[in-house]
Amino acid sequence: MPDARAAILDRIRASLSADPSAPPAPPADYAAIPRSYIRAGRLTPEARLDLFLDRLRDYDTHVVETNADSLRQTIAVILQEHNQKKVIAADSLPPELLPRDFAFIPEHAVGLDDLNACDGVVTVCAVAIAFTGSIVLTHGPGEGARRLTLVPDRHLCVVRAEQVVETVPEAFDRLLPHATHPLTFISGPSATADIEMTRIRGVHGPRFLDVVLVR
Amino acid sequence: MTIRVSEAEHAQSFQKAALPLLEDAQLRKNVRHATDVIQSKRGIVVGGTPDWQDLRTAGSAIKAHTLRYLDQYLLQFEKACTAAGGQVHWAGDADDANRIIVGLVQQYGGTEVIKIKTMTSEEIGLNEALDHAGIRAHETDLAEVIVQLGGDKSSHIVAPAVHKNRSQVRQIFRERMNLPDLGDDPEELTAAARHYLREKFLRVKVGVSGANFLVAETGSVCIVESEGNGRMCLTLPNVLISIAGIEKIIPRFEDMEVFLQLLPRSATGERMNPYNSLWTGVRNGDGPQHFHVVLLDNGRTGILADPESRQTLQCIRCGACLNTCPVYRQTGGHAYGSSYSGPIGAIVTPQLLQMRQAQSLPFASTLCGACYEVCPVKINIPEVLIHLRGRVVREQKSALDPEALAMKTAAAIFTSRTRFEAAQRLGRIAQWPMVSHGWMRNLPGLLGNWTRVRDLRELPKQTFREWWKARAKTGSMPGPSTPLRAARKLAQDVNDHA
Repeated sequence: MPDARAAILDRIRASLSADPSAPPAPPADYAAIPRSYIRAGRLTPEARLDLFLDRLRDYDTHVVETNADSLRQTIAVILQEHNQKKVIAADSLPPELLPRDFAFIPEHAVGLDDLNACDGVVTVCAVAIAFTGSIVLTHGPGEGARRLTLVPDRHLCVVRAEQVVETVPEAFDRLLPHATHPLTFISGPSATADIEMTRIRGVHGPRFLDVVLVR
Repeated sequence: MTIRVSEAEHAQSFQKAALPLLEDAQLRKNVRHATDVIQSKRGIVVGGTPDWQDLRTAGSAIKAHTLRYLDQYLLQFEKACTAAGGQVHWAGDADDANRIIVGLVQQYGGTEVIKIKTMTSEEIGLNEALDHAGIRAHETDLAEVIVQLGGDKSSHIVAPAVHKNRSQVRQIFRERMNLPDLGDDPEELTAAARHYLREKFLRVKVGVSGANFLVAETGSVCIVESEGNGRMCLTLPNVLISIAGIEKIIPRFEDMEVFLQLLPRSATGERMNPYNSLWTGVRNGDGPQHFHVVLLDNGRTGILADPESRQTLQCIRCGACLNTCPVYRQTGGHAYGSSYSGPIGAIVTPQLLQMRQAQSLPFASTLCGACYEVCPVKINIPEVLIHLRGRVVREQKSALDPEALAMKTAAAIFTSRTRFEAAQRLGRIAQWPMVSHGWMRNLPGLLGNWTRVRDLRELPKQTFREWWKARAKTGSMPGPSTPLRAARKLAQDVNDHA
C-alpha cells in the first residue's frame, strides 16, 4: 500500500518538523546517547563460571561440569540417566563430543513429525552469559536449525568455558558478526507463570535443559 | 482514517466501569496476588543489577533518539528487511492493517493461523477481522488461551489472565478442551494447554506475531517470551506475518543489550526470560520461507506531534506500571476499556484516539508517581497524565462551567502573594458555619465532592508567615489581623485580575 507509506512518512515529518531540537543527521546524535551501564565483566574466570552455573541452576537448568577428556562419557551418562533413546545430533556437531556406542539420529534425516517423536537433542552454542544464566544459539554448525532445539522435550547443550562471558553487552560484542543470523537466547527450560503467578517449568519448548560445561 | 483501539471508543468511562469491578472480591484478590508476586520478583532482580539506573537512562535516551529520526529509521529498517527477503507493509490505521493481514493469509491459502500474544493485534481487533473472513485464529500464549477460550478480555499487558484463579481456569479448560476430569493444579492445567496446542503448532501453516523490537540497521525483529509458543509460531509455519507499531524501532543491533536487560526484569521479574528470538528476513531451510512485516500507525504519529507527551511512544510494554499502580491494583485491567490498561493505558489509549474518546482515562490515577519510578524507559507518566487532563479540560469545558470558573479564580489567587494571603484571611471567616470541633465534614456545592469521602481540617488561626512577621515586630505571639479588611482587599484584587 504505497499511499499509506507516503502518508505515514509525511505525518511523521510534519510531527517532527515542529521540534527545533532535532539536528539534521542521526549518527552524531546517536553517539551522544549516555551509556554508563556496565559493559565489561569484573570477575575472575573461575568466579565467572561459578556465577554462570549458579544462575543456570536458579532457573531449573540441570548442570553438569566436566573436562574435555571425559566429555563423551559425561554425555553418555546424562542420556542414560534420563532414559533417552531417540536422540538427535545437530548437523556438523564436533565428532569428539558424541559417545561412540550411542546411535544418534542425524538432524538432516528428521522431518517435523519425527522431531516431535524424539526424546532429545544434543547441540553446542555460540556464546553463554554468566550474569543472566543464558546460552545463545546463532544456529550455525552444531547448533541446529531453530526447530531442532524447540520441539523435542530435552535439550542437551555443550558449553566450553571460553564461550562464557560475564555481561550481556560482552555477549552482544561477540554476536555482532552473526547479527543477521537467526538468534535464540535460552535461559532455562520453557516456563510460564500465567496461572496465579506459579512458575511452571516446561510449556511448549523443551521441559528439560541440560548444560554440560567443559572447563 | 478510522483509528480504533480495541473497543475503547464504545467503553464506559473508567469511573463507571470500575464500580462493579470493585465489588468483585475474587477478582480483586486475584489481581492483588498476581501484582504482589511480580512486584516482589522485580524488586529482587532489579536490586541485583548494580547499573539499573544507567540502563534506564540509556534505554530512555535510545528510544527518545529514535523517535526524533523515526522516518529515517523506518526507511532503514524497510531497506534491510527487504534485502534479507522480508516484505514490509505500511498500515495507516486498524482497518488498513486488518485488510493487509487477511489478504496475506488468503493469498497463502490459509484458513487458520497460530498467534503468539500481540498487543497490537488486540488493538486493531485482528481476531475479529480474521473471523469475518472465515479464518480461525488460535491464541497460543497460555494466558491468551485462557482469555480466548473463556470468551473473556485481557486485563494485563504481560499476563492477560491475572484476573482468573486456578479453579476458574480449570472450569474453562474442562468445558472448552473437553477434559471433564481436569484438576486445578497449575502444572496439570499447563500440561493440558501443551497437549491442546501441540497439534496446532505442527499443523497450521501461517503464524502471526507482534514484535518487541525492530532493528533498523539489520532489519531484524525480536520477540521476547517464556513459554516457547512464540518460537513455535516464529519457526514452524511456512508463512510468518509480524505486526508492529512504528515506535517499536531501535537503531542498532547492540541496542538490544540494553533492552534485553530492562524488559525481562520489569515484565516478569526475571534476569532473563526463557526465550528471546531474533531473526532477519528469511533463512533458507530454517523457519518460515515467507516473511511479512506490517508497520502500523493507527494514531501514533498524532502522539509524536505533541512534544509534551511524545515520550508515551517510548513504552516497551513491560507492564511494571500496572503492577505498582494503586488504582490498577484495585480495579484490574477491564475498567480501562482497552487492551492497554493501567497507567500506560491511561495515556496511550486516549492519545491514540486523538483525545476524542476515552477522555476519562487520564483521571484514573492518583498521580502518586510510582509508575514513573518503575518505568524502565523513564516515561514520566504523571507529567503526561496532567498534560492530558489539561487537554481534556480545555477541549471539553465551556468557560462558564462552575468548575472552570472556580479554577480561573483560584489561578488568580495563587499567582499573587497579596491575594493569596487575603484569601487565607477570608477563609478563616467564611469557614466558621461549617467547622465543628476543628473539622469540616460537609462542605456545600462542588466542594462537597471532597468532604463526601474525607474530612478537612479547619484553617489555622494564623499562618506561619503571619506569625513570623508579628514575632519579628513584637517578639511575642500576636493575635489575628482584621478579617473584614482582608476580605474587602481580596474581593477587589480578584475583580482587578478578572
